[in-house]
Amino acid sequence: MGSHLDTNVLPKSRQRELPGQDLKWIGKSMKRVEDRRFLLGKGQYIDDLSVPHMLHAATVRSPHAHARIVSIDLSKALALPGVIGAYSGADLATVVDACPSFASPPVTQRCMAIDKVRHVGEVVAAIVAEDRYIAEDAAELVEVVYEVLPANVTMEASLAATGDGVIHPADRESNKALDESFKFGPVDEDFARADHIVKRRLRWGRSSAQAIETLGCISEVDFVTGGYKIHCNTNFYNFIPFVIAGSLRLSPTQLHMMPVMTGGSFGSKVFTHKIIILTSGLSKLCGQPVKYIEDRLEHFTNSDSHGSDRLYDAELALAKDGTMLSLRFTVMDDYGAFLQFGVGTHGNAMAQVTGPYKIKSFGMRVIAVLTNKCQQGPYRGFGSEVTNWVIERLTDAAAEELNMDPVALRLQNMIQPNEFPYMIPTGNIYDSGNYQEVLKQAQELIGYEAWKKKAADMRAAGRCVGVGVSTCQERSVYGPTEWWFLNNRATPGFTLTSTPEGISLRIDPAGKIFVTLNSIFVGNSPETVVTQILAEQFTVAPSDIVIGYSDTHSGFNGVGPQGSRFTAMIAGACVSASIKIKDKLKLLAGHLLEANPGDLELRNGAVGIKGTDKQVGIADIAIQANFFRLNFPDRPEFDSGLETTAVYDHPISTMPDPERKHLGVFYPMVGHICHIAVVEVDAQTGKVEILDYAAVHDNGTIVNPKTLGGQVMGGTANGIGTTLTEEFIYDEEGQFLNPNFAEYALPSAYEMPTNLKLGHVETPSPYTEYGVKGGGEGGRLGAPSALTSAIESALQNNGVKITSLPVRPAQLRALIRATEKR
Amino acid sequence: METQTVTIQINGRKRTADIPPRLLLSDCLRHKLGMPGTHVGCEHGVCGACTVIVDGRATRSCLMFAVQADGCAVTTVEGLSKGDALHPIQEAFWEEHGLQCGFCTPGMLMAAHELLAHTPDPSDDEIREAISGNLCRCTGYTYIINAIRSAGAKLRAQAALKLPA
Repeated sequence: MGSHLDTNVLPKSRQRELPGQDLKWIGKSMKRVEDRRFLLGKGQYIDDLSVPHMLHAATVRSPHAHARIVSIDLSKALALPGVIGAYSGADLATVVDACPSFASPPVTQRCMAIDKVRHVGEVVAAIVAEDRYIAEDAAELVEVVYEVLPANVTMEASLAATGDGVIHPADRESNKALDESFKFGPVDEDFARADHIVKRRLRWGRSSAQAIETLGCISEVDFVTGGYKIHCNTNFYNFIPFVIAGSLRLSPTQLHMMPVMTGGSFGSKVFTHKIIILTSGLSKLCGQPVKYIEDRLEHFTNSDSHGSDRLYDAELALAKDGTMLSLRFTVMDDYGAFLQFGVGTHGNAMAQVTGPYKIKSFGMRVIAVLTNKCQQGPYRGFGSEVTNWVIERLTDAAAEELNMDPVALRLQNMIQPNEFPYMIPTGNIYDSGNYQEVLKQAQELIGYEAWKKKAADMRAAGRCVGVGVSTCQERSVYGPTEWWFLNNRATPGFTLTSTPEGISLRIDPAGKIFVTLNSIFVGNSPETVVTQILAEQFTVAPSDIVIGYSDTHSGFNGVGPQGSRFTAMIAGACVSASIKIKDKLKLLAGHLLEANPGDLELRNGAVGIKGTDKQVGIADIAIQANFFRLNFPDRPEFDSGLETTAVYDHPISTMPDPERKHLGVFYPMVGHICHIAVVEVDAQTGKVEILDYAAVHDNGTIVNPKTLGGQVMGGTANGIGTTLTEEFIYDEEGQFLNPNFAEYALPSAYEMPTNLKLGHVETPSPYTEYGVKGGGEGGRLGAPSALTSAIESALQNNGVKITSLPVRPAQLRALIRATEKR
Repeated sequence: METQTVTIQINGRKRTADIPPRLLLSDCLRHKLGMPGTHVGCEHGVCGACTVIVDGRATRSCLMFAVQADGCAVTTVEGLSKGDALHPIQEAFWEEHGLQCGFCTPGMLMAAHELLAHTPDPSDDEIREAISGNLCRCTGYTYIINAIRSAGAKLRAQAALKLPA
């Protein structure tokens, strides 16, 4: 029988380095190459940098969620000594155009508002001054007259808005940015034959990454290229010139981007296009280099990086024995006032929307709603953290309604280890996995059965203690079709299909292997990963490898660290470059050793003849290759130098079906997570204490267990914050009430479990070099589900049901209080 | 704007600067004195990235005017290492993977420095309390706590070696 997936044909694997080799460096917890400079306080972050003749910018921000700008008076600001320039949005628009948008049709956004403001914190004017203190003084002197318009705060009200309530009347007649429905497989039939349908309305609240470093930029007119020379802590520095060049009225190569170390991103610094366009425009207007560093308030209110904010009406269809048949939902998402990435966050979630379970069909309706809030951007999970929570909530609900054990229900429906690669209804594949083993390890690690009994005893004694289990997917290594395949098919937008990652590699005359990367450090471990892989490839010591970062004049394809892609992608680029250079080393060594290159091997930093002890060191070859041309034959393959570039494309991806019957393979390296949390709720205050916690992840072959552990720990901390402490709060006028670290509570050391237990299973990918998968997001993809489940379990005697996150103490106390009144 | 001359003993060296009275100590260190190792994360005294030691006490340099530090001894992250040799606290953070992006790290190091100066063998609860005013978004804190515990052991071993026989 034909399936909607028949046209989604898997290409052959391009894996060259097979998993399971005896490796010397890959798989070891090597200390990070990056750390020394950061420990010394020499991190070279954006605000540590300055360029000659640099001035400083400060901004004037909208106090209203939605208003017309009637007038802007800059005269008092301009009169302040030390002020060089003061500019309105109209002034800026003389040198820059609107921001790029992946939405199609685009939602027009300018880095400085003209005529109208659409959220609190949107920039309406900017000052350039001799120092930031003066710039901020002058910003206070700018007088803006507003005509306040109706603010759209809730999605429901915004969808109903007309007239002055419409946020982008020139682009769209209503505040509904997109409304598309999809069916992948026989959803209706599967629901019709179901014995049991579980329905839940689930709400996921707004939060964001809030890296400790905010966004910043230094831009200056570059009289060499006629464009700009730009320092910015974007994660995308070799990619973003193409995206923003149009806004700056230039060609991409006229934007000379410098690599800048980044003080944390978690998605929040992926594009940062607005700050680059703004700062560049200001430098053009004032005629000098300008530095602009967001303060924390600006970062909260205007940095385009708010996380998902969704309402689901979700249904899971099951047979009466507990077999999951189909999943469908309608989701509304509050995207804020703009739509920079379209509905890419929902595209992302299609990678693993049916979880680790054998669900044969899936349907959804996605409604993107515009409101008067700062717009969404990426935050660790890019939307998949929400669908993980939704499917796990439905699974727990099904277990309860069918009177089954939640773990048994999961095991019954999980994909089996021999069923990979497994294609899910949306068309994405799960490359490999052993979900049962991950679950088993997590249960053993925490002592699951003992905790279940102990928690029951504690509940019997009047305490609110519970155990929660989540079994979630962690997709990694994204392909960019997710940005656009949910768009209206009549206006698909920029249908990008490439996400390459490149390196350049050379062996210098002293024999050191020098690599330049095209993607920046964001707190991940790019230099360590590359060092481990190249030490493996060239049989040299890590100290023989030196890492630098290209600027965009020397750089090329680099998409950067996001979507848990970097380790797998850079491993591919390293292998490609190594193959080329090793071939040349063997060619040269073959001549020097009078041997056939095919008989040579790399060993202990040398090239030697297999089966003999005759060899020549890489450093000896390198100095001859660089300085002694006449030692080699007069043929082009012996020309001087040992250097190459290499670009690695996504290892396995396919096109979406033209009719969207499936979405193709786009996020195929899929890890698995089991988190088990034991929590105690203080029923009097609603405070949740984590008594015990285990996190077992399968991220394929591990390059560095310690740094992967760090990613899991950190992601779990983010997930704890998302579940228990972090929420953006707005009043009915759209005022953002808690945009600071005092009132928006990032987890501190006190909120973390004191005994977080980590475990790893290694099921290699059949598609990536060595079998590596990504592991940068998993903690946040697994923690909310386990914690929610544990809290419900702890409060089972009260009958509290959690359908909305976060559950900050006041919210949880309110849920408990409601049950007490019954 | 009117300026004022201050003299601050920074990392053992007297530094003099003419500064406006409203200049924050964090900005003075970073932008006037060439020591950008002290980071600014929130500028409202919550995140702790800007923590430095002022006369022996861990202090938020974003909540203090530089003129208030006139005559004080200030230690910043730049003052921890000796030449090429990392301080044992820095070594321990490296070994225990106590940092990822490194932005909160200088503040964490200084908070640990103050703790271990007064409490050479802290319990994990004492470590947690000492860094509870320092936000880290990368690590989830566990490896930082491990690092400070390890640093305490290193410093105690170092102190034991220096004891007269």
